[in-house]
Amino acid sequence: MSTDYSDILSRLCFHLKQFSSPDVVIVPETDLINELAIDSVKLLNLVMEIEDEFDISVPLNALADVQTVHDLANLIHHIKSAK
Amino acid sequence: MSLLDKLDAVAAARKALLPEGLDVFGMPIEEVYSATEARVGDRRILFLGTNNYLGLTFAPECLQAAHEALDREGTGTTGSRMANGSYSGHRALEREFADFYQCHSGIVFTTGYQANLAMISGLAGAGDVVLIDGDSHASIYDGCRLSGAEIIRFRHNDVADMEKRLRRLGERSQSTLIVAEGIYSMLGDQAPLAEIVRIKNAYNSILLLDEAHSLGVLGKTGQGLVEETGLIDGVDFITGTFSKSLGSIGGYCVSNHPQLDQLRYISRPYIFTASPSPATIASTRAALKLLRDGTELRRQLWQNSRQLYARLDALGYQLGPQPGPVIANILDSPQQALMLWKGLLDHGIYVNLILPPAAPEGKALVRCSVSAAHTSEQMDYVGNVFAELRESIFQ
Repeated sequence: MSTDYSDILSRLCFHLKQFSSPDVVIVPETDLINELAIDSVKLLNLVMEIEDEFDISVPLNALADVQTVHDLANLIHHIKSAK
Repeated sequence: MSLLDKLDAVAAARKALLPEGLDVFGMPIEEVYSATEARVGDRRILFLGTNNYLGLTFAPECLQAAHEALDREGTGTTGSRMANGSYSGHRALEREFADFYQCHSGIVFTTGYQANLAMISGLAGAGDVVLIDGDSHASIYDGCRLSGAEIIRFRHNDVADMEKRLRRLGERSQSTLIVAEGIYSMLGDQAPLAEIVRIKNAYNSILLLDEAHSLGVLGKTGQGLVEETGLIDGVDFITGTFSKSLGSIGGYCVSNHPQLDQLRYISRPYIFTASPSPATIASTRAALKLLRDGTELRRQLWQNSRQLYARLDALGYQLGPQPGPVIANILDSPQQALMLWKGLLDHGIYVNLILPPAAPEGKALVRCSVSAAHTSEQMDYVGNVFAELRESIFQ
C-alpha cells in the first residue's frame, strides 16, 4: 500500500476514536461493528464525516463489503485515487 | 448465524426492551368509533398518532363514494394496470391530481411507499446519483437501493451541506436526483425548499419532493410545501400518499415533465403490483375534493397543532424544531420514551413510539400526530396528561 494509504489509515483511526472508549486500540483489523459498536445509523453518519474529512463522495452502496478499519481505509484510498 | 437465528435475535432484542403483554408495535385496535377515537381492550382511547390530519376517514362523502364503487365495480382489480387495465377511476384520479397541481400529468400508485420506490428507481439507475436528506423516510432509502444508483446523504435540512456534496460530484450533478420531504415524518420540520430549488437549478440536477405529510396541511388549497412557498415550478416531481390527509391508501406523483408517463413501462413497483381497489380510488377522489376546499379543516388543524406544541414546549419537553401536526417529543433513552408512551396509553392516549435505529441521532421519540378532527378540549386533556407524567419521566 502507498504512503497515501498510511496517511488515510492514520487519519481514519484518529476519527474513529470518537466511537470507542479510550482504552480501545484501533488497528487495521479492528471490526467496525463488533469491536467499535458502530451500528448502521452511526456508520451512515460516519460516512458523512469521512466525506468531509477527505473531500470525497462515498456512496452508501460501497459500504456493503466494509467490515474492518482496513476495509474502510481501502475504500477511501480507492475513491481518492480515482478522483 | 442461520436465517432463523437472525429472527430469534430480533425476538430477544424486543423482549429485552419492550414490556411483556403489550404489543407496542402492533397495538390491537378492537373497534374504531371515529376519526379520533377507538377501543383498545376495554378502554376507549384517543388517536394521537394516526396521521389522519384532516380527519376524513369517516367523511360521509368518502364513505358514500366508496360504497357506490364497491357495489358498481367490486372489491378489487385483482391485478396490475399493465395486465388488467386501468379503470375509469384510476384515470380520473390521475387527471384530478394533475389538475389539482396544475401539472402536465399524474400517476397513481398502490401505496405511498411504492410511489417513492417507483419514482426513484424509475428515474435513477446505475451510474446515476441520488442525493437524499439524512432523515429521509424508509421508502426513499429503499427506492434508492432498488434503483442501483449511488446513494449520497446530506445532513438533515442543511443546504450548505447538500451543496458541498453536489459540488464534489462535479459534472455528475447533472445526473443526480435530489430527494427532500415537505414535512419530515420524524421531527415534523419542513424542508428549506427555496434554497434547495436554487441549488438544484445551479447544478442542473432533478428534484423530487415527497409531500406525504404536507399534503392537505400546507398551502392555501393544501398542495403542500410547494404551494406554501410558491415554488411548484422549481420542483420536478412531487410524490405523496393517500394514507394521511386523504384517509385511504395509495400514492401519487405529478410532474410537468412529459416523460413521467414512461415510468409506467419501466418502474417495477408500478408494474408488478395490483392496482388500487375501486372503493379506495373512489373515497380518495371524494377526499381530494374535500382537501382542496378544506380551508376550515386546515385552520382547525393548525390551531390544534399550535395549541399542543405550545403546551408541551411550555412544559419543558424537547420538541422538533417547528410547530406542526407532527409533534415529536425527543427523549434521551428508549426506556424514557417507553415510560412516556405507556403513561399516555394508561391515560387513554395512543401515540407513536419510535426507537433507535428508526429515531434520528440515536434518540427515541414519542410522536404525536394532530388532526383537524381533534377538539380543543382533547388537546387540553393531552397537555394535562403530559404535565402529570413529566415528573416521573424526568426524575
